Amino acid sequence: MAVIRDVMPEFELFQPATIDDAVGLLDKYGKDAWVMAGGLDTFDWLKDRIKKPKVVVDLSQVKELVGVREKDGGLEIGAMTTLTDVVRNPIVKEKFSILSTGAEAAASPQIRNQGTIGGNVSQDARCWYYRSGWKCYRAGGNICFADTPTAINREHAILDAERCVAVSPSDSAPALIALDASMVIRNKGGERVVKAEDYFIGPQLDITRMTVLKPGDLLVAIRIPSTWAGAHFYFEKVRDRPVWDFPLVNIASAAKMNGDNIESIRIVVNGVAAHPVRLVQVEASVTGKPRNAATADAAGAIAIQGAEPLKHNGYKVPLLRNLVKRSIRGVEEPKWA
Amino acid sequence: MGIIAEMAKSPWGQDVPVHVAFYLMYVAAIAAFVFFIVHSVWVRYYAKPMEFSGHTPASEVAKLPEKIERHSLAARLFHLIMGASMLTLLFTAFLPKVGVQFDWVKYHWIAGIVLIASILFHLIHATFFMDFWSIWPDKIDIHDAFNRMKRFRGESAPPPHRFAKYPLENKMYHLSIVFAGLTVAVTGFFMLFRIRTPIFTRNSYLFGDMTWGLTYLLHGLSGVALISLIGIHIYMALRPEKLVISKSMVFGTLDREHYVEHHDPERWAVETK
Repeated sequence: MAVIRDVMPEFELFQPATIDDAVGLLDKYGKDAWVMAGGLDTFDWLKDRIKKPKVVVDLSQVKELVGVREKDGGLEIGAMTTLTDVVRNPIVKEKFSILSTGAEAAASPQIRNQGTIGGNVSQDARCWYYRSGWKCYRAGGNICFADTPTAINREHAILDAERCVAVSPSDSAPALIALDASMVIRNKGGERVVKAEDYFIGPQLDITRMTVLKPGDLLVAIRIPSTWAGAHFYFEKVRDRPVWDFPLVNIASAAKMNGDNIESIRIVVNGVAAHPVRLVQVEASVTGKPRNAATADAAGAIAIQGAEPLKHNGYKVPLLRNLVKRSIRGVEEPKWA
Repeated sequence: MGIIAEMAKSPWGQDVPVHVAFYLMYVAAIAAFVFFIVHSVWVRYYAKPMEFSGHTPASEVAKLPEKIERHSLAARLFHLIMGASMLTLLFTAFLPKVGVQFDWVKYHWIAGIVLIASILFHLIHATFFMDFWSIWPDKIDIHDAFNRMKRFRGESAPPPHRFAKYPLENKMYHLSIVFAGLTVAVTGFFMLFRIRTPIFTRNSYLFGDMTWGLTYLLHGLSGVALISLIGIHIYMALRPEKLVISKSMVFGTLDREHYVEHHDPERWAVETK
């Protein structure tokens, strides 16, 4: 097992002050560059000597990347905005409370003070085999150590596993997808906007990355349209330690109601696959239906179709089913959770 | 080892190969391209007209059908299916390596199963229903190859025999494909145990780390070799002077004139009228 060392390894540190400078550096150094936002994921990788970049581009001085701004009736959140600032932002709280709830579910207050929304959605997989430096599929090897008969895989994937069974650990990601957010990405060639739903990629597309970001790319902002402002939201995160932990499974949903019936809905779960999973079939099945126990039961049953638990994570199947049921019924998270 | 393989430490601290060194795919593509150039220049400026010893008397030619069957329908269908699966395997294997993202593993293993099935069919078909030895180089081919080389260099040597059913170049190419194709198919078959398919139960412990590593390495090396081999095959099939051969793989037959000019009836006997 890797041991966190006290001393940082040697690398060249850049602290650009503008997005253009940051993008220029990322373009210049390509695969040799490591983008550092809050540093919470970064320092583990670097101190463990698992990732050995030649260059670290620290974004902490790029003020353009910080802040929550109103845009076209929606919001634009700079990628370096801290989770705490997202949680406390009055517009987020008022119109997109699912995001403040999701962001507040991440980690501890101290970590949220330092951790950024961009870092939270771009963090790497939480698999200890991978993070211990084993040359697994995700690290460029030819095996998934978490998917063998003797592996410890209690936290791993039950959906969409393809060679790698690691899961995305982000709490803000499902909320952003539920809100139909878009990710603004810059590189030397210009700017492109990617739907949050498409920002996260599974091992089917690229087993070595969690997002569409390639060397040279920089996530600069997250745009939330006004479409789902003030909708009926539901967010719940189940974790081992309620005080501070990564999700075993989390769920975010945004629904618009027409009387007692669900007019439209977006439901997203995380912690069950290498990317947040939007439950499109569940959404289709409940649209137009009343928000009651029968609809929730049917939705829960659909949600777990195709689930393939590993040796130690079978519990995630009923957990996923029940979270989907709760999100449909809109049950408040109990105080003890 | 580092030149041809990516290495890693196994959990037991053993240095094991994990993959072919992927830069080799560019080397293979460049090698094929260089072959195109060199061969084109050679044919255009240096190659001498083909000369053969022996000829078929007109009385014997008259007994031959106008169209000489070269490939049965089964053989052509096999070639078509194998070719399609090979191309699918190459594209699904190497496009993601150059940045084209798609769910390649699923298409790759399905094409692999098709390839394995087609190879099994071909083995049975060629062994029991075709002239098995017709595709393997024989003594006359080797002897003629030396004579052709001497004549190219201006030395004295008798003209070579007309070909049997397949020219030596065809036979050598087939031999290369046998080695690369069987290697990629056998290693690929075992690699099916490392992924999720409805066919096999996954078993990562089927082999030890070193054996798995060598399996992946051999799979990659043969895959890289197939980039060159298939590239060269397509190039040769499209060359004007080879089109008659290429068409025979589509329509199954050769013209009688081509047959008597290039093939020795004693080495490739065909049914007469």
